[in-house]
Amino acid sequence: MSDVRELYQEIILDHNKNPRNFRKLDQPTCAQEGFNPLCGDHIHLYVRIKDGRIEDISFEGNGCAISKSSASLMTQALKGRTVEEADRIFAKFHELVTAPMDQPVDTAELGKLAVFSGVREFPARVKCASLAWHTLRAALDHKEEVVSTE
Amino acid sequence: MSIAEPLSTTLFDVRKIREDFPVLRERVHDRPLIYLDNAATSQKPQPVIDAMNRYYEAENSNIHRGVHFLSAQATLAYEQARSAVRRFIHARSDREIVFVRGTTEGINLVAQSYGRSFLREGDEIILSAMEHHSNIVPWQLLGDQIGAKLRILPMNQDGEIMVERLDGLFNERTRFVSLVHVSNSLGTINPVKQIIRKAHERSVPVLLDGAQAVPHMTVDVQDLDCDFYAFSGHKMFAPTGVGILYGKESLLDRMPPYQGGGDMIRSVTFEKTTYNELPHKFEAGTPNISGGIGLGAAVDYVERIGLKNIEAYERELMRYGTETLTRIDDLRLIGTAREKAAVLSFVLQGIHPHDVGTLLDLEGIAIRTGHHCTQPVMQFFGVAATSRASLAFYNTTEEIDALAEAVRKTIKVFR
Repeated sequence: MSDVRELYQEIILDHNKNPRNFRKLDQPTCAQEGFNPLCGDHIHLYVRIKDGRIEDISFEGNGCAISKSSASLMTQALKGRTVEEADRIFAKFHELVTAPMDQPVDTAELGKLAVFSGVREFPARVKCASLAWHTLRAALDHKEEVVSTE
Repeated sequence: MSIAEPLSTTLFDVRKIREDFPVLRERVHDRPLIYLDNAATSQKPQPVIDAMNRYYEAENSNIHRGVHFLSAQATLAYEQARSAVRRFIHARSDREIVFVRGTTEGINLVAQSYGRSFLREGDEIILSAMEHHSNIVPWQLLGDQIGAKLRILPMNQDGEIMVERLDGLFNERTRFVSLVHVSNSLGTINPVKQIIRKAHERSVPVLLDGAQAVPHMTVDVQDLDCDFYAFSGHKMFAPTGVGILYGKESLLDRMPPYQGGGDMIRSVTFEKTTYNELPHKFEAGTPNISGGIGLGAAVDYVERIGLKNIEAYERELMRYGTETLTRIDDLRLIGTAREKAAVLSFVLQGIHPHDVGTLLDLEGIAIRTGHHCTQPVMQFFGVAATSRASLAFYNTTEEIDALAEAVRKTIKVFR
């Protein structure tokens, strides 16, 4: 990759500057702290589940553009989805950012999340992109401890 | 507009020196590699690579035990490397030069061997506020084992140790001081001689973490009068996995072995073992022989260039780098001590260091981003991480210009 913009697409830069759902949630049914000790990315994720559906989801925290925009786009993608759908999208997203370069990835279900396709060229940044998702998984599992990418 | 100006060429010819380092011919993302991550690990010159290859190609055998020719050759090469290091740091005797895996192991050795023998519950260990985790955690482990406490010597906003606070930290329970010579995340050169003198007035021994000092300045352990000095080979142009613990013979003599095994014994029965003489008492098991030989070659190489020349060249490079980077709006240098070596740590307003690191990487520029294993330093300056460019004598003003240009480009992308 020679062009910066292939990794840092406009939508990533936009969500970094103006993260969506960037707030504390009233009465979350689950909340989780996530931490990437390598670079100090730190996220608090809040989720409100009603009848197996993510009624609302938000986050707060500090991090690099990749981790922040990933969290922001994740909240947008998952609001209104069922927990099962969220799990399936996570699996697809994980494949998108970790699949070998020569393996095509089906992005049909991912929508805007496909902008993270450039991440897999940068192994050091995969954890940044997936921090919010790992934190979500732990939140849904009601794990008490702080999630760490290490 | 280029603001590069050639540094004094009477010191040495940097172009010629660069030819000694094969990796500097590499290209990254289709651009010439600009390697500014020397505080993480330095590059290796051809003579170091050749010395290690020669050992494996022509001398490979175990040391200190074989009667055969190759073993004698390898033992000689390994012990010559020890002598080279002794000369390099101006120690009195080869007996004071212990081969270890690196700075971390050297500090752990002292914490466990000296610490567990001579410290008791309620005793205190003084560290500085800018220590690398490797000079914090071994003392915490010791503290958990014996009930000793850590006292922290603070620093100011420039990243300078507040020496005037030292007297207030000493008390009748102070038993040890462990301190970084040159900070890896700030570049600060600490007034270690003054601190050692103050500690010795109270008969408290001092260990210096010299990992970031030995590649950049003359180190004279007798002049410093430190009791222990630990450093790594790989940060001074030698391979990874080898380092040195210097210890005053009088102290090493009184300390029990750190690990047990072959080579560190004189005689073994199931009832009793007597230990080998210094420094072998602390060198259990077959060591990193090629690494030790590589370290010896690195010492020879650095001495050929001359540490005085290196110091003078790098001082100019640092001055140039500091001026060039501070001209960039929205860039804040972290670590602005008067006495600094080789490290330019910075943050850019509103841009996370990891994004800076990736954008610079795309320009072929290797820097380190993160907390640099000094989380307390990051907390002190109120940042999660920094971007750190760290220099070696093979870096140039042109590379610093390229760094500055890439930083400006990064700012544009995120504005």
